[in-house]
Amino acid sequence: MGVFDDLVGQERAAETLRRAAAGAAELLAGGPGTGMTHAWLFTGPPGSGREEAARAFAAALFCPDRGCGHCDMCHQVMVGSHPDLETVRPQGLSYGVKDTRQLILRAAGAPTLGRWRVVLFEDADRATEGASNALLKAIEEPPPRTVWLLCAPSPDDMMITIRSRCRVVTLVTPSAAAVAHVLATRENVPPDMAEFAARAAQGHLGRARRLALDAEARGRREAVLAIPASLTGVGECVAAAERLVKTAEDEAAAVTAALNESETAELRKVYGEGSTGKGLSRGLIRGGAGALKDLEDRQKSRATRTKRDVIDAALLDLVAFYRDVLAVQFGAAVELAGADRRADLDALARSSAPEETLRRIDAIMLCRRRLAANVNPQMAVEAMTLSLRRP
Amino acid sequence: MLLGMAASDPAPVTLIVGDEELLADRAVGEVIAAVRAADPAAETHDLVGGKVEPGELTRLASPSLFGDRSVVVVRSAHDLAKEVIAEFVSYAARPAEETTLVLVHPGGVKGKALVDGVKKAGAQVVAVAKPTKPAERLAFVKAELKRAGRTVSGDAASALLDAVGSDLRELAAACSQLAFDTPGKVIDEAAVARYHRGRAEVSGFTVADSAVEGRLGDALEQLRWALATGTAPVLLVSALARSLRSLAKVGGAPRNLRGGQLASHLGMPPWQVTRVQNQLNGWGPDGIARALQAVAAADEQVKGGGADPAYALERTIQTIVASRTGR
Repeated sequence: MGVFDDLVGQERAAETLRRAAAGAAELLAGGPGTGMTHAWLFTGPPGSGREEAARAFAAALFCPDRGCGHCDMCHQVMVGSHPDLETVRPQGLSYGVKDTRQLILRAAGAPTLGRWRVVLFEDADRATEGASNALLKAIEEPPPRTVWLLCAPSPDDMMITIRSRCRVVTLVTPSAAAVAHVLATRENVPPDMAEFAARAAQGHLGRARRLALDAEARGRREAVLAIPASLTGVGECVAAAERLVKTAEDEAAAVTAALNESETAELRKVYGEGSTGKGLSRGLIRGGAGALKDLEDRQKSRATRTKRDVIDAALLDLVAFYRDVLAVQFGAAVELAGADRRADLDALARSSAPEETLRRIDAIMLCRRRLAANVNPQMAVEAMTLSLRRP
Repeated sequence: MLLGMAASDPAPVTLIVGDEELLADRAVGEVIAAVRAADPAAETHDLVGGKVEPGELTRLASPSLFGDRSVVVVRSAHDLAKEVIAEFVSYAARPAEETTLVLVHPGGVKGKALVDGVKKAGAQVVAVAKPTKPAERLAFVKAELKRAGRTVSGDAASALLDAVGSDLRELAAACSQLAFDTPGKVIDEAAVARYHRGRAEVSGFTVADSAVEGRLGDALEQLRWALATGTAPVLLVSALARSLRSLAKVGGAPRNLRGGQLASHLGMPPWQVTRVQNQLNGWGPDGIARALQAVAAADEQVKGGGADPAYALERTIQTIVASRTGR
């Protein structure tokens, strides 16, 4: 049946959600509504499809047929135009308390189409502490028809007080085979490419799709995986770090530049630029400069986040590489993410001890933590490449 | 600078634009002095931009019964309200005979209409920008002492700059003090050294150079100076990282490159390459690696990961110097 079939490798979670959707329908009909509740926390590793699961559940709530996947309601949810579904997607580094208060106000309204009012909060772990505290009351006792769907990588990312008010839906990393199947059937990717992408992305559906469809993404992964073998001296380490950070900056600039420009032009228009007529000046009207500054701050925050995300993706590729090295060293019978780099893996596995590999993985994780703590990316990545260096 | 401004009759409207307070104050003083020279009984009205009300200028500039001269000084003119600016601009086009108007504007975008309007109306404009280059500050010190009827040797002037810093008010005070305290015509280095020692401002790069060259004592002392004079810890960390990074780059460059080729390969100016090559003496790859890792840890500590940024920096400098000797 319908919307839950699109979730890859999440049979158990889908079952829970189906039952909840049935309970919700029962509740609307005046029954006890067993299995439905007002706050849900979708957790699972990146790529497991938290947002997709939450959206499917929202569709199931709105759909008279509990998620058929082809009625108006389901369709509106999938394209993001359903009037009762409020999707929150933090774009900057964090989601502040001011935005949250407004969100709570909107969430308290009655549903327009008479069934449910659903707030889908993607990346809820980006909410600041103040924002989380503001959410508490709203999540604990929402109006009778409001449902909160929060998404976060793991329950530990949310404050304990939020966690205890939500029912947790745990999603798992889909198997490479499942991801490859989805790529082959839905995106028409050739089977061997699908398999390569699924393995390389280690169950991250979005990444697998990018790797399979975008040659540039594949090129970036190649460049990242070439790093370990190139780190022979201190000079090379510093150069590799510089390249990595530069690539991330370029990519962030490319992603944000186009967006920034149209946003700024839009805002200038709102504040009266280029307008003519009586009582209008040619420049911005009062308050325009302040609003522009606000927008610039938001854009900067978004650029920083994009840059960090790009570096983080590269670091995850590196972790996968060293995990493979470890697997080879121990002769473990697991699927290798970087089977295409077998020669590098073997060489590194032979020339170093498992302890060193573990230490290197630790160094990468330390670098991720430092990036999150706002350490200068170049310094953090340099320290990491120096730790990865082969003596 | 303005020191040679004619003391004859001042312009009816003077606009002083710039962010250097001392020079602006002096320019205001000169205009007032010039008016007083013509009429010792001249009255001075000192106004602050934000508090000037519409009509106030007209009232102050209207001819008095006895034909006394007066000076109206408006400081922080960027805070003037919009209507008041319009009043000033129209006044500037047709200034009153007995009144001399002085506007002090710090530059920048705020209140720009005033600057543009008054300039257009033909006011005398005096620019007082903060001197940014060391040579300009040196010239200022020399001119200051010359005003006091003294001359100064180049070494003494730069020693004074090193010791006092770049704030013009402090420099001027130090100059007049020196002129008062020292006998003779020429002020030499010894005279400066008697009253001033040490360095007022230490940049992150000075600290980094000392650390990389292994002068632990100097580096720690300079670090304290830098922190005490308000250099941000983050800047110090990045200066350390930059020095070590160039060590790593130059040290890891191919051996067969020399001079200009090497410089263009690394993307650094040649003089910097030579300098780094000298600093490389005593460094080995492991030492550089350890030092760079210590700097990354320090950046985390400085940005809230540790309790005390100063401690984190001191420790890092110690690690850097220790890494150097352990080749």
